Amino acid sequence: MTNTRSSARNAARATPAVTASQAIPLAREGAAVELRNVVKDYAGHRALTGVNLSIAPGELVALLGPSGCGKTTVLRALSGLEAISDGQIRIDGADVAGLPVNRRDIGMVFQSYSLFPHMTVTQNVEFGLQMRRVDAASRRARAVDAIEMVGLGHLGGRYAHQLSGGQQQRVALARALVTRPRVLLLDEPLSALDAKVRVQLRDEIRRIQTELGITTVFVTHDQEEALAVADRVAVMRDGNIEQIGSPEQLYTQPATSFVATFVGLSNPVAAILAGATVTAYGATLPVLGTAPADGPVTAYIRPEDIALGSRGIPATVVASSFLGSLRRTQVRLADDSLLFVQHDVRERPVSGEPVFIEFAGHPVAVSEREE
Amino acid sequence: MTVSTATATTSDPIAPKAVRGSPVGPRSFAAEPGRVVRGIILGIVGVVFLVPIVAMIEFSLRVGQPVDGRQAYGFQHFVAVFDPVNSRAYGVLFQGIVNSIGICAITVLIVLVLLLPTMIFVELKFPGLRRALEFVCIIPITIPSIVLVVGFVPVYSVVAGIFGSHPWTLSFAVGIIVLPYAYRPIAANLRAIEVVVLSEASRSLGAGWTSVLTRVILPNLRRGILSSVFITIAVVLGEYTIASFLSQNTFQTALILVQHTDPYVAVIFALFALIFAFVLLVFIGRLGSGSPRPRRGGPRRLTRRPE
Ligand SMILES: Nc1ncnc2c1ncn2[C@@H]1O[C@H](COP(=O)(O)OP(=O)(O)OP(=O)(O)O)[C@@H](O)[C@H]1O
Ligand SMILES: [Mg+2]
Repeated sequence: MTNTRSSARNAARATPAVTASQAIPLAREGAAVELRNVVKDYAGHRALTGVNLSIAPGELVALLGPSGCGKTTVLRALSGLEAISDGQIRIDGADVAGLPVNRRDIGMVFQSYSLFPHMTVTQNVEFGLQMRRVDAASRRARAVDAIEMVGLGHLGGRYAHQLSGGQQQRVALARALVTRPRVLLLDEPLSALDAKVRVQLRDEIRRIQTELGITTVFVTHDQEEALAVADRVAVMRDGNIEQIGSPEQLYTQPATSFVATFVGLSNPVAAILAGATVTAYGATLPVLGTAPADGPVTAYIRPEDIALGSRGIPATVVASSFLGSLRRTQVRLADDSLLFVQHDVRERPVSGEPVFIEFAGHPVAVSEREE
Repeated sequence: MTVSTATATTSDPIAPKAVRGSPVGPRSFAAEPGRVVRGIILGIVGVVFLVPIVAMIEFSLRVGQPVDGRQAYGFQHFVAVFDPVNSRAYGVLFQGIVNSIGICAITVLIVLVLLLPTMIFVELKFPGLRRALEFVCIIPITIPSIVLVVGFVPVYSVVAGIFGSHPWTLSFAVGIIVLPYAYRPIAANLRAIEVVVLSEASRSLGAGWTSVLTRVILPNLRRGILSSVFITIAVVLGEYTIASFLSQNTFQTALILVQHTDPYVAVIFALFALIFAFVLLVFIGRLGSGSPRPRRGGPRRLTRRPE
């Protein structure tokens, strides 16, 4: 046993990508998680208004939504840190209502740094195993493997205050995973980190999660992060899930105006709906999904579905920003409305320049006009 | 390091070097005083403390009255303290010491068994009550002991009815006097570590409440608890009013009593008390100092990988 372990570790050093599954051999597949009509009331305030969510074994679902919409509350309800007021939570098909946090067999990574300050990295990672009465030798071996899995093999003897923020969150991840929990819950684990580390660690979380096949709920208010990391994204608003679907679905077929504006960048445009098409600024565009009744509506047009051209709708350039592989330019139309246009970096519109814009004719999301 | 000095007025890299360690100059307002300044401060403070102690030692060693302006010295008074012949005379002092130590122990117990768990509990479960708890704990500092005593006297007639009139019952009163001092260090420590996050993290890792408390919260509160205990002991040993008015014999009351008949012995015991306090301070400082040390060779085991 020790032999296979050490060879697994040697392999780890050569090709880190292969090892996660060996480092923490899965005793079981990830568990299915189901929330049925979950309601959470805080004194005089309903934080969750009947959330329904089914997560398949091994799936990574991101909970996305603005601040205060109830993402953390869903996660804390799942973990048992917060009792729910109504509804049901099932893990592996069994109702977990009677299970306290420490019996739910979940792993959690918190937004704030939560390493035990009086323990070394290794001791931190061993803690969960200690609680499960794993014997010292295999505890040590599994901790070392988990620490190597998150790429910190050389830092086992350090204390939390001797680590960077990104390293601390890596340790927190190793600590949560080393016990092979049924479900992994991540509450904005990256929000305290700077942009570059955030992207790195996010990709690594995705890699490890895929390799371990562990059912994961990832809370974030960063739509780019959610789209990048998740199998499915649940967009939350005011204590409920507004839409759940693959990142592509959410982006190309937003069910509501809220989703359309929250996921990715959209230009809300006044339009007239007639059947399956809308007319805006003289252009006729097909409509996505179920449309409201005919009449005045708001259409949501993606910046990449608008082009700068030599003919079309006259506009004036307001500002243009360079975003690396593309450029985003804000233009003002004759009726004073502002639109974002995304285009090639080699076009360099200058502020005040008269231009023309064209709609590419891709289907757009519409909603009743909110006035 | 030099860049962060708020008063470094020039960008000349040599300037800070030139004044390093000097008590004057642009660096004199730096965050940390230089070595020389530190030495001077320590020296002054040391002298302030030493003068009375030296005076006490000098006084306790005097033998007889000065003759022709010359004072004879010896250890007679020290020997006399432990001379069985005098055990009757000094018995009250030794009894006072025993009583005081008992009161110390019980008061510390009150702090550890009553105050500490309450504070942790409030922090974890009822953060809304934090202010109320703080208020209650701070109140005693605003009431002079002499005023408290007036209230205690009738209460203690009841206490004596239940427990009998033992010196250790003073702990209840002293436990209240001590509250503000014991509360502060623990509260500061609680605030500094994120108790809620740490306890939630450990519970999500499978720890029950007992493990959360003994393995995560208490180890991180060690410093606060130790200072709290030390201050408690110091307050107990310094408290005179209540013991005196409730007619209990403690070290302090005995000291005053003996002083009237034998000032030398009083000074000798005061010296002993000082030494005791000093040793205690160093001991507790040792316990609570430094960065958390790995328990039972943590990192060492790491290097010895199982093959
Ligand atoms: N302990 C509590 N007591 C009362 N209300 C609470 C409590 N915790 C959260 N709430 C309320 O419940 C709602 C949802 O909070 P939650 O923390 O789940 O939001 P969130 O989506 O995680 O937001 P954020 O992105 O800011 O973390 C908020 O309106 C919040 O004010
Ligand atoms: Mg939150």
